[in-house]
Amino acid sequence: MKDPEPLDVSKLDSIRIDPALWRGLTQRRFSRRDLLKYTGYGAGSAGLAAFLAACGVSGTATKHTTPPVSAVEAFWKKQHKTGTLNFANWPDYIDKDDNGNSPTLLKFTQQTGIKVSYHEVIADNEVFLPKVLPALQAGQDTGYDLMVITNGDPLDELLKPGYLIPLDHSYLKTFEQYANPKIKNPPYDPGNQYTVAWQSGLTGIGWNSKKIKRPITTFFDLFDPAFKGKVGFFENLQDYPNAILVAMGLNPQTSTQDEWKKAADMVLEQFNKGQFRHFYNNNYIDALENGDIWITQAWSGDIQIAQLSVADGGDGYPEMRFVIPKEGGLIWTDNMCIPQHAQHPVDAIMMMDFVYQPQVAAEMTDYIQYISPVPAAQQILQGSDPAVANNHEVFPTTDDLAHWFPYKVFKDNAETEAWKTIFGAVTNQ
Amino acid sequence: MSIVATRDASLVEGWGGPKQTRKQRRLRRFVLPIYSALVILYLLTPIFIIVLYGFNQTSPKKVAFRWGGFTLRWYRKAFVLSGLTAAFKNSLMIAAISTIIATILGTLVALALFRYRYRGKGATEGILFANIAAPEIVLGASLLSLFVLFGVPRGIRTIIIAHVMFNIAYVAVTVRARMAGFDRAIEEAAQDLGANPLQTFIRVTLPLIFPGILAGALLAFALSIDDFIITNFVSGAVETFPIWVYGAV
Amino acid sequence: MSGNDRLGRRAAPYLLTMPGMLWLVAFFLAPLVLMVTLSTQTGNLLDGFRQTWHFGIYPQVIWQYQHQFLRSFEYGGAATIIALVVSYPLAYWIAFHGGRRKTTLLFLLILPFFVSFVIRTLAWQFILADDGIVLGALKRWHLLPSGYHALATSTAVISGLAYNFLPFMALPLYVSLERIDRSVVEAAGDLYASGRDVFLRVILPLSLPGVFAGGLLTFVPATGDYVNADVLGGTRNNMVGNAIQREYLEFFHYPAGAAMSTILMVLLLVGIFAYARALGTRSIQEYV
Repeated sequence: MKDPEPLDVSKLDSIRIDPALWRGLTQRRFSRRDLLKYTGYGAGSAGLAAFLAACGVSGTATKHTTPPVSAVEAFWKKQHKTGTLNFANWPDYIDKDDNGNSPTLLKFTQQTGIKVSYHEVIADNEVFLPKVLPALQAGQDTGYDLMVITNGDPLDELLKPGYLIPLDHSYLKTFEQYANPKIKNPPYDPGNQYTVAWQSGLTGIGWNSKKIKRPITTFFDLFDPAFKGKVGFFENLQDYPNAILVAMGLNPQTSTQDEWKKAADMVLEQFNKGQFRHFYNNNYIDALENGDIWITQAWSGDIQIAQLSVADGGDGYPEMRFVIPKEGGLIWTDNMCIPQHAQHPVDAIMMMDFVYQPQVAAEMTDYIQYISPVPAAQQILQGSDPAVANNHEVFPTTDDLAHWFPYKVFKDNAETEAWKTIFGAVTNQ
Repeated sequence: MSIVATRDASLVEGWGGPKQTRKQRRLRRFVLPIYSALVILYLLTPIFIIVLYGFNQTSPKKVAFRWGGFTLRWYRKAFVLSGLTAAFKNSLMIAAISTIIATILGTLVALALFRYRYRGKGATEGILFANIAAPEIVLGASLLSLFVLFGVPRGIRTIIIAHVMFNIAYVAVTVRARMAGFDRAIEEAAQDLGANPLQTFIRVTLPLIFPGILAGALLAFALSIDDFIITNFVSGAVETFPIWVYGAV
Repeated sequence: MSGNDRLGRRAAPYLLTMPGMLWLVAFFLAPLVLMVTLSTQTGNLLDGFRQTWHFGIYPQVIWQYQHQFLRSFEYGGAATIIALVVSYPLAYWIAFHGGRRKTTLLFLLILPFFVSFVIRTLAWQFILADDGIVLGALKRWHLLPSGYHALATSTAVISGLAYNFLPFMALPLYVSLERIDRSVVEAAGDLYASGRDVFLRVILPLSLPGVFAGGLLTFVPATGDYVNADVLGGTRNNMVGNAIQREYLEFFHYPAGAAMSTILMVLLLVGIFAYARALGTRSIQEYV
């Protein structure tokens, strides 16, 4: 998959769903095949790889120049394992025991002798990146050796200026062996030159079935006047804009600036009505559990952890529900990467490889319940926790993947700025 | 009733003397104390909440205020959470270093302001005043502007610079206020007895103004530990305790 | 020797103030000037910023963030008035009738400072949560409709600001009331002034420096705050601080952020100096 299949743009135009279809969809249970049929998008190109290929439309992600192989080799030759690793990750994104220690990290230390200083500092890409970008721009160490950043605009902000250290794949043998072929070699980082996947996940809708006594099916349930002031929306400029575009029946990749304005206006109208409680980052889950909000945009794994009992390592809110709106969900991948000037790159790349051991991946997935990049983990979990192994939101099928859209990838800086201006105007009120 | 001016509250209890009405007495005896108690209770409410509810670890992965039974669990486990421990250490270190620097610099300024009349004294006072009066967000934003323009990497060092910056004025004002009752004659006596200026300062002046310095240092330490807004601007990827809490809850 | 001594005496205050003042000039005054410079630059983080003296940014940010500017002054002003009204009787009672408990009472007043500002605000968020310990109970007893919420309102933000900065108001008030010469108060009583007159014509005027100092110390940080709006407010309660913070730290629109904080600084500093001129900085400084 060196060259992502070019996407047939003419086909994508037909993705707009007409009003008659909306009505049709609300009247009966919507099957995933329907979407494929109507959009004409899935035909022949289903699967995560195809969706990720859609990212290739722009080609910006691959704009960064490939460093000569010899330079990469020379760099890695000079590096040695130090026994220390500063790991920046999102909260609730690794397995933990009752004492707050992570079995995965303990096992890593046992196997490699590397002590991990694990920092749950990434509340949101758009909150975290600003903390490290200025250092990278100034050519300085960020203090972290390994960071987990979401594909799309955030990862581009690191890739385009060349802020990441190219990986030496001789350290990534486990990755090569066990990584899901669909997640390997993604369009936003061909050949995994700079990144390997940590986990993937979905953006859909989370809701509290104690507060809402009717099923939630469509994105526009978020705009139901009955929930006024009890609705959560993401603040980041990937999840909310892409979700509303998908809800409008558009493919984010081919959407136009006029459509962005329409989408932003639609959200602004709800905003002015006082529909939203707050624009959240990862703290939306607490608001949902506290009852501050009843329904919200949500990430799949968070809601699954919320549902689990405390004894099982969850939050103990079985009334929480997650649904992919019938208009379609968003799929994203968080990627491990090593920033330039990192002090312990060898330790970091060893961690990248370590988490691809099927047993490790299985234990982690069992706990955090996002989409694992290691298919072999599913077989292990079939034995130990079949509920997770058979959960489509953890191990999706090709059918599932067909109506999950990746985030919009931008052609150039001007497009990025236009997007940020249009959608930022809503959350920045 | 004594008519002698006094600060002893018990002697002025009955201001207004015999003309005081029953209504006023009731106000003084019941309404005001009860009201004051309520306000103080209100001020302390968050502290009760933190103690009672724990700043609770609701599950192994999460810290939040949440009812988890009457618990002190968090206090035991807090230090297992690596991020918290690191952030707390950073906070303590930054507070310690910035307090020492700010206390020395601030005390010297206070000494000059207290002892001497000189050209530029007004300007010095004006700068201290402006520094205390300026809103934190402006201090943080302007300092970040400086670091951006000169390409200074943000981190522990820039946080310390910022904390010293906002603490000097507080220390200077506090120390100077505590010097108010200081009798210069004692210093002169020491010098008359043959002590050189340095000896006089170390043996006589310093012990006398030490309580003031200590008060200034404590204030500086507390302000440093507590600060969020300015720190957030200049911290780069470094986390202090308030920043960690802000991101983690 | 004596000539040397005189020289030393003359140089001494400058030598003593120099380190501290250099620090403040370098990291307080110079940055304020540089921030104005930065505000007129154009560019982006990736390509760098260039000085273009683009003053157009000022009307642009004023227009874009007019609501946040207005809200900041509105919320800051309301919080200051509430803090004054709530803390005056308290300060009065401690100063005049605190007796031996004065020290303890003052300590209780500053005790909240020992718990981080951020945590105090989060504690209020917890207390006032929609289904939390207060509203949850009232809702269960059907004293409130189930959809009622206290958070995510301007009232919540203003209350949070008033709460957080209350001690900044109460302490200067206390100092000014404590300084009032009791014999003056008694003289008024002896001259047959009613209790109300004693308060309005003697105590209140004499405590005005405290009111002004407290007002300043409350209004300025409350107006520049963004934590309360973020934690206790909803989508429509953002203050100018939220916008400055986002422009600087999330969007890297340094010029826009710099322009906004320059405007805020000028508005506040002009106000503060007018205020200080009228009252004399000395009187305010004494209470800081």
